[in-house]
Amino acid sequence: MADNEQFLSKDYKYGFTTNIEVDELPKGLNEDIIKAISQKKGEPDFMLNFRLSAFDKWKTMEEPHWADFDYNPIDYQNLKYYSAPKKKEGPKSMDEVDPELLETFEKLGVPIHERARLAGVAIDAVFDSVSVATTHQELLSKHGIIFCPISEAVKKHPELVQKYLGTVVPPTDNFFASLNSAVFSDGSFVYIPKNVRCPMDLSTYFRINASETGQFERTLIIADEGSYVSYIEGCTAPMRDENQLHAAVVELIALKDAEIKYSTVQNWYAGDKNGVGGIYNFVTKRGKCAGSGSKISWTQVEAGSALTWKYPSVILQGDNSIGEFYSVALTNNYMKADTGTKMIHIGKNTKSRIISKGISAEYSTNTYRGLVRIAPSAENARNYSQCDSLLVGDKCSANTFPYLEVKNNSATLEHEATTSKISTDQIFYLNSRGLSTESTISLLINGFCKEVFKELPLEFSVEAVRLLEMRLEGSIG
Amino acid sequence: MLTIKNISASVDGKEILKGINLTIKTGEVHVIMGPNGSGKSTLSKVVAGHPDYEITDGEVIYDINFKKKNLLDMEPDIRAKEGIFMGFQYPVEIPGVSNEEFLRAAFNEICKYQGVEEMDPLDFQDFLKEKMDFLGMGEKFVNRELNVGFSGGEKKRNEILQMAVLSPKVSFLDETDSGLDVDALRVVGEGINRLKRRDNAIILITHYHRLLDYVKPDFVHVMYDGKIIKTGEESLAYEIEQNGYDSIIKESQNSN
Repeated sequence: MADNEQFLSKDYKYGFTTNIEVDELPKGLNEDIIKAISQKKGEPDFMLNFRLSAFDKWKTMEEPHWADFDYNPIDYQNLKYYSAPKKKEGPKSMDEVDPELLETFEKLGVPIHERARLAGVAIDAVFDSVSVATTHQELLSKHGIIFCPISEAVKKHPELVQKYLGTVVPPTDNFFASLNSAVFSDGSFVYIPKNVRCPMDLSTYFRINASETGQFERTLIIADEGSYVSYIEGCTAPMRDENQLHAAVVELIALKDAEIKYSTVQNWYAGDKNGVGGIYNFVTKRGKCAGSGSKISWTQVEAGSALTWKYPSVILQGDNSIGEFYSVALTNNYMKADTGTKMIHIGKNTKSRIISKGISAEYSTNTYRGLVRIAPSAENARNYSQCDSLLVGDKCSANTFPYLEVKNNSATLEHEATTSKISTDQIFYLNSRGLSTESTISLLINGFCKEVFKELPLEFSVEAVRLLEMRLEGSIG
Repeated sequence: MLTIKNISASVDGKEILKGINLTIKTGEVHVIMGPNGSGKSTLSKVVAGHPDYEITDGEVIYDINFKKKNLLDMEPDIRAKEGIFMGFQYPVEIPGVSNEEFLRAAFNEICKYQGVEEMDPLDFQDFLKEKMDFLGMGEKFVNRELNVGFSGGEKKRNEILQMAVLSPKVSFLDETDSGLDVDALRVVGEGINRLKRRDNAIILITHYHRLLDYVKPDFVHVMYDGKIIKTGEESLAYEIEQNGYDSIIKESQNSN
């Protein structure tokens, strides 16, 4: 048994908790709590009104249950909506960041200390409800790039926030998006000015620490005309035997000829071998190719969370704009993932490409759900979709639900789907050539996910392979 | 170099091998023949370590670099790293993994295990090309997914390519000659013959004599019902081709 526990904790090495004094609001959700959050953040009126109207709408909505899973009901009045590490003022420099927090991120392999400058990636670190550190701000501001916690952007750049917040994912969009709009506490804000190519990858690292607290972050990225940015998101949480709610909203806006590349490696705690605990990951991610010739590309490696409900989408409004979705979703034990994308073609000559790879092991369920909609205005739109499923063992399941709505006859759509299985004969064959079972899995998984991994920033793709191997350990061979 | 002592093995509770004894020395070529279902393929899978087979009795001693090792204690990949190879009767398809990528990974993992320097991708390409030329394999094989969509003949040729690259000490080739046309048989047969060295051993499992036109055996064994019932020289293979197994089987049953 002790061995087993050791193995499990090895399985998820980010499962530790940080003991830190917190400033939090009591459990429950009502107007007072929302006002208190807004007040704590010192927000202008428009922001409070945004929250309150979202909350009004939310009260009339019902939790969606069309995804392919059942779960214990969430008691929204029994959750805390704000928890932040205690501090007097926001840290002015890295030296003022609580050493306990620095150590936490250090343990997670996220370099937020000043020496991070060497790493060549600018990082915003979000701990529970607030951003605790953002690196490289000075260098970025030389290029006119804004990369800061969204709570800071609300105060320092209200005109940008007011202009774009909620324009891609309206506060009324869906149950979880409305909830997020009412109570979101932090997240990242990015603005890339006209014709600027962001000189480094921008990255936000999300960490849930507090118990019985929902995490509701909000990310808003605006790429002005002719600009380019590559943004990376990573996330982990402690191992707890309760389920924790994570309901984020990400909005991307690409203006004329701009390009946004958004990569996620999602590694929230997935629960134990028996399906106890883990994060409910109910996320709304959407990008709008607002200008002609713009491009938005989502790449995700989904390896954690007990439940995943997310469909990073692209609204292809500008003529000649391009939307891409590359996804690897791995489920193990009792994990359930219902994920995919929506490509909404509105502009002329718009193109979209969907490559989805699902890997299911043990008792898990892995569902691809995607929509390609070609509006009447979308002359000569093109879509290519490929959905492949890989089964490990015979107790898991994989589903593919590709929805198509085509309202313009000039559209060209292609769809391919396959389901395959890792067999003991494949493993034996490769073993008999001198490859250890570990190398065998790595080769097979890499082969299966190749088209997605090559879209990830290099360091990330190495990490992604390792993460998948770790998550599959013990399920194969 | 390989001593199989009184091996019995079963699958799903059914006994397939019933006390096999076989001694293989360096430089030798052995042929194992026998009617279908006599346990020939099982023997090679047991030596390679297929997880479906349970060894109920006996041992396999592998004698390498003046050390005796108990093969059955090793995981399948370790056996391969130690120099055991099995050419599959039905090579498995591995989608998404290119032939070259696979061969380089396997080659380097074996090098690492044996304490030999690994080869970088460019050197490996040259090395691979040389082996492929020698088997008359076109360059298109390099980037194709391992065995995926290969014809029967291509798969068998690819098995011999793997043997040429990994350079094993003891190779069991399970019906590598079946399903080949005359030209493919010649290429495979000549390939095997060229891979025969003084410091390795080859065991051919076959139904036909025709492969022996290219590879000359030192011993021919006949397997029946999980046992080796007769061992002879090359002439035994001709005898079987002419008269079938019946008389040999009867002879062995009478002697019991």
